[in-house]
Amino acid sequence: MIVIDIALGVLALALLPALWRIAVGPTDADRALSADHVFFVFLAVAGLLAIRLEDSVFLDVVLVGTLVGFLATITLARLVDRRRS
Amino acid sequence: MSALAILQALAGYGLIVLGVGLVGVAALGLLRFPDAYSRLSAVTKAATLGVCLTLLGVLVLDPSWSNAVKVLLAVALQFLTSPVGGFALGRASYRSGSPLAPGSLYDELGGRQRAGQAPEPGQGGEDGARR
Repeated sequence: MIVIDIALGVLALALLPALWRIAVGPTDADRALSADHVFFVFLAVAGLLAIRLEDSVFLDVVLVGTLVGFLATITLARLVDRRRS
Repeated sequence: MSALAILQALAGYGLIVLGVGLVGVAALGLLRFPDAYSRLSAVTKAATLGVCLTLLGVLVLDPSWSNAVKVLLAVALQFLTSPVGGFALGRASYRSGSPLAPGSLYDELGGRQRAGQAPEPGQGGEDGARR
């Protein structure tokens, strides 16, 4: 269980570079990319919470999050393309 | 604790540690890499593999049929959709004119789809039509 806790802490730390990139990232592409990264971290956190809280409903969250993350990435890519930053 | 349970815990926690480590490496790449394209490569490849390994570790630690269906479907979807999303983001960032790192050696597209340049009439008709 301690391994899961440490892993959750590492994932929380992995969100900080994405925050940095969204704040200062030179182009809009970096910001869209950071959103993609946040989605990946969220999926990993939901998977670990299924073990930590012993509730497999979080795996449904992972399944839905995968699809929503893909759609969000495609939409952000089109937005970056249109914007011509 | 039987030998099988020890093996299961070892494999499950090992997969989770590996996967979370890969997501951490992706975060480091997001912080340190010089241009949008190398950051994209770090996030798309390392984070995808990291998420998939983490989910497989969760499945090993808590094995059941319903979990197996959900996790394997999620992993398969991840492997199918993540390269498509990464490609779309890379293409969009190139077309929106995000700069290459100073040390870049090759630019195979040669700025052909850069911002502010209309595509030539003969080629790239679909791009011109869509805009």
